[in-house]
Amino acid sequence: MIEARGLTKRYGKTTAVDDLSFDVAAGRVTGFLGPNGAGKSTTMRMILGLDNPTAGRVTINGKRYHELHHPLRTVGALLDAKWVHPNRSARAHLNWMAKSNQIAERRVDEVLDIVGLTSVAGKRAGGFSLGMSQRLGIAAALLGDPEVLLFDEPVNGLDPEGILWIRKFMHRLADEGRTVFVSSHLLSEMALTATELVVIGRGKLISQSSTADFVARASENTVKVRSPQNDRLRDALEQASAELTAAEDGLIVSGMDSAKIGEIAAENGLVLHELSPQQGSLEQAFMQITGDSVEYHTGIEAEVAQVLEPTAR
Amino acid sequence: MITLLAVERIKLATTQAAWWCTAIAVVASLGFAALFVGFAGDDFALTVGSSQAGATFGRTVLLVLGVLVVTTEYHWGTARTTFQAVPSRAPVLLAKATVVGILAAVVGLAVGFGSLGLAMLLEPGAELALDGAADWRAVAGQGPVYLLTAVLGVGIGLLLRNTALGLAVALVWTQLVEGLVVLIPTIGDDIYVWLPFFAASQFVGSDVGSPALGLGELPLGPLGYGAYFAGICLLLLAAGVWTAVRRDA
Repeated sequence: MIEARGLTKRYGKTTAVDDLSFDVAAGRVTGFLGPNGAGKSTTMRMILGLDNPTAGRVTINGKRYHELHHPLRTVGALLDAKWVHPNRSARAHLNWMAKSNQIAERRVDEVLDIVGLTSVAGKRAGGFSLGMSQRLGIAAALLGDPEVLLFDEPVNGLDPEGILWIRKFMHRLADEGRTVFVSSHLLSEMALTATELVVIGRGKLISQSSTADFVARASENTVKVRSPQNDRLRDALEQASAELTAAEDGLIVSGMDSAKIGEIAAENGLVLHELSPQQGSLEQAFMQITGDSVEYHTGIEAEVAQVLEPTAR
Repeated sequence: MITLLAVERIKLATTQAAWWCTAIAVVASLGFAALFVGFAGDDFALTVGSSQAGATFGRTVLLVLGVLVVTTEYHWGTARTTFQAVPSRAPVLLAKATVVGILAAVVGLAVGFGSLGLAMLLEPGAELALDGAADWRAVAGQGPVYLLTAVLGVGIGLLLRNTALGLAVALVWTQLVEGLVVLIPTIGDDIYVWLPFFAASQFVGSDVGSPALGLGELPLGPLGYGAYFAGICLLLLAAGVWTAVRRDA
């Protein structure tokens, strides 16, 4: 159980994390979603006590990270797979970590086995591929058999095989009853891994809900229509003030349900080849909800709209 | 604390920096000592103090090691992994300084007694028995001087966090600044006698060059200089630990 309350981090004038409050429930995978630069990594570093919050607090099972006794036994984390000395062997890296939290040495062999690195345990970590480094990072996270696990962008830069492996692994950890908090800017990935979502943009909380709710809320009233008389259909729908987006071979209609679209088509004697309410992808939902929170948004469109508005009236 | 010392010992022993620095420190110091003794000639009176002429080499290498053990941790991110494993930073960093310090002390003693042994071997006739406190300080004193130098390196590393910057500061200071200050007219001498490594050399009494500079009466005795040097090293360590505890990792 992770609780963040009013968590804020400022670097000079830049506010990386802004009054962020959320809960990560025990025993499931919670996704931490946001565009790059939204403050996910900073938040994770604050959870682990590496960065000091400017304001607010974050606790794990009611305690601040500093108050945990042998923290690796409560919280395992993979923030950056490259946080390993390149000349140290995988086993030596895990050995010192185990020693620091008085974890038995045979546990090192166990976790090496779990992530499949036993055969290269004596090799220097600097020679590892990204996928192997990632596995070593996961081994380190699992070392203390912790009930809470934090992963920051675990699939970043991995090949499909590696991604699949990590994804399966997350499920396995959750199935074992652990609390998993995993960040990503890849929405499709979160749809497959997370049951709960904490979504942030520009350091602010945008939503906290189940993944299903998040998608449903963002993709309400989107219907795909296909017609051989596409242009006439568009005119008819525009007159009924529906919002239209051109799709590959038809139209995506928002702000109007499928019944109403069907009626409009019938009134105008138009043939429909397809009329299907869309199960919105997480990608679309995300863009829709975080649309104006994207950090490096150019803002040109908004400015143009503001300038044009008075003349349009 | 025992656990933390064991952790830092594993970390130090499982990368190559410590082994390389130890080897270079011993070989370079003894090598220079051998050259010094070997080419000293008959009119140069070899003493216990002047047998230690090579020790400043090793001292500088241990300063470099002290800087490296910290800055490489920040560079590779293992500093963060460490603070994640042990959130109370001050004990971790003091354990690190202790482990590096102990290694440095061992190297210092090896250099001290090794240099003396070499001198005895090369010049069997010279007066090289350890008579009195000054002689013991000159040889065994290398232990604490090396220890404190490595601790100073840890402090510099913690303050600067960057390998290139840390090494530049350590090397420019020891190789250039301390030698050039004395050339400043009028005030040069007064500053020089308060510089840390001049103080360290006064403590062991092996500063072969300084009598030639005509510095006159020194403000402190050897033991006073030893305490002064220790004070500077521990102060920089304290400053380094203090900033590391306060800053984001």
